[in-house]
Amino acid sequence: MSNSVIQVIDGFLANIGRTVLALFESIGQLVIFAALAVSHIFRPPFYLGSFGRQLMHIGFFSLPVVGLTALFTGGALALQIYSGGARFSAEAVVPSVVAIAMVRELGPVLGGLMVAGRVSASIAAELGTMRVTEQIDALTTLSTNPMKYLVAPRLLAATLVMPILVFIGDTIGIMGGFLVGTNRLGFNGATYLQNTWNFLEADDIISGLIKAAVFGFIVALLGCYNGYHSGRGAMGVGRATTNAVVSASVLILASNYILTEMFF
Amino acid sequence: MISIKNLHKSFGDNVVLSGVNVHVSAGHSLVVIGGSGTGKSVLLKCILGLITPDSGTIEVNGINPNSGNREAFLDQFGMLFQGGALFDSLPVWQNVSFRLLQGKHRLSKDDARDIAVEKLRRVGLKASVADQLPAELSGGMQKRVGLARAIAAEPEIIFFDEPTTGLDPIMSGVINELVREIVVEMGATAITITHDMSSVRAIADEVAMIHEGVVQWTGPIGNIDSSGDPYLDQFINARPHGPIESVR
Repeated sequence: MSNSVIQVIDGFLANIGRTVLALFESIGQLVIFAALAVSHIFRPPFYLGSFGRQLMHIGFFSLPVVGLTALFTGGALALQIYSGGARFSAEAVVPSVVAIAMVRELGPVLGGLMVAGRVSASIAAELGTMRVTEQIDALTTLSTNPMKYLVAPRLLAATLVMPILVFIGDTIGIMGGFLVGTNRLGFNGATYLQNTWNFLEADDIISGLIKAAVFGFIVALLGCYNGYHSGRGAMGVGRATTNAVVSASVLILASNYILTEMFF
Repeated sequence: MISIKNLHKSFGDNVVLSGVNVHVSAGHSLVVIGGSGTGKSVLLKCILGLITPDSGTIEVNGINPNSGNREAFLDQFGMLFQGGALFDSLPVWQNVSFRLLQGKHRLSKDDARDIAVEKLRRVGLKASVADQLPAELSGGMQKRVGLARAIAAEPEIIFFDEPTTGLDPIMSGVINELVREIVVEMGATAITITHDMSSVRAIADEVAMIHEGVVQWTGPIGNIDSSGDPYLDQFINARPHGPIESVR
């Protein structure tokens, strides 16, 4: 083999090596960041005012987007299941399958993705701007730990509020299925609700809420991590925001599979 | 007293500080000058522990910034940032009294607000500014709020990072005068970074010029025009030609 071919292969392998090393470095930094942030949740001082504001920002103000997503998803799901079920003369499964699909899968995942789009981006942009304008350095010089003041309240609030948000979303989604089922597909209202209730188990609800808590943690963690390590200028903040949404969304989908395997 | 010995800091291949030695006695005002990108802000951030130096020693009143209680260490400092670095989401009075509202010895909101209003008055701002958000203020007013925040807890040491950058000459004069008055009044130790020679002459007891990662010249303000140092002469007289390359 000629030297030039060896050099090309060498360069190619070196590039792969660099990419893999960079990936592991990023994962390591994220894990350390997460561990540090979680440790600050349990150590005083606690910023209750900041925690309360984040509960409102992440939870209450995400309700419309999560609610509307769930409502339309529940309605569409009822139509699809009815259409699919008709092929096996199993139209009657619509209420139970809508409920199970919403509670176990679509409620947490779609809710998580919508909140990732809204909250991860907002956290990354806010912290990124604070980084660029030296507000995070200013916090440190004012004897305030930015991890404790900025990151820990967001992480805790998102982890606690996401299950509540998803529970409300699940209910609205089932309601969407109910509205379509009774008005469009000819189901009797009382029978629809009875079937929903009969086939839904506590494990379905609990597994969905555990997923929601994990997704809330992921959304806040990646928003905070990317914002906290934002590059300089408008481009740096823009990149941090994009990275936050993309990485949170991918991680939500990946962890959803792992959690589903665990609850399967 | 601040003592910095043989401080080195690089970012990748970019060597920023390569053996900086600085000494500031208690109650003195040192002004650090030098071209853009010569590491003046990095020096301040190393002292505060915001950036970890590669090597060298930093001692503030005999204490290393990264050893022991960080909070107690930082309690000694006040800092005016170049862009103000005011917290967008908080009204002016909460920005000014931020430190007073945190920690074990935090004050009540009423007391903290009274102190904030008093500090705002000290920097020439009316009490009505206290309830405004930083975004509602002009650049000069934001600098003054930043200054009020830096002095709110009456720190022993104050850092000023380019206090007059972006301000008109009159406002620059006002800020220079305020900085000097406050440092003298409080008996604080001060380090100021600036390119503005009117600030240097107004604020400094001592001057240090950083060039190519080291302190090129240091001495009392009175000696600045007769130093005989070609680098310093070029810088203070704003000459485009000389030992400092204009294109860096």
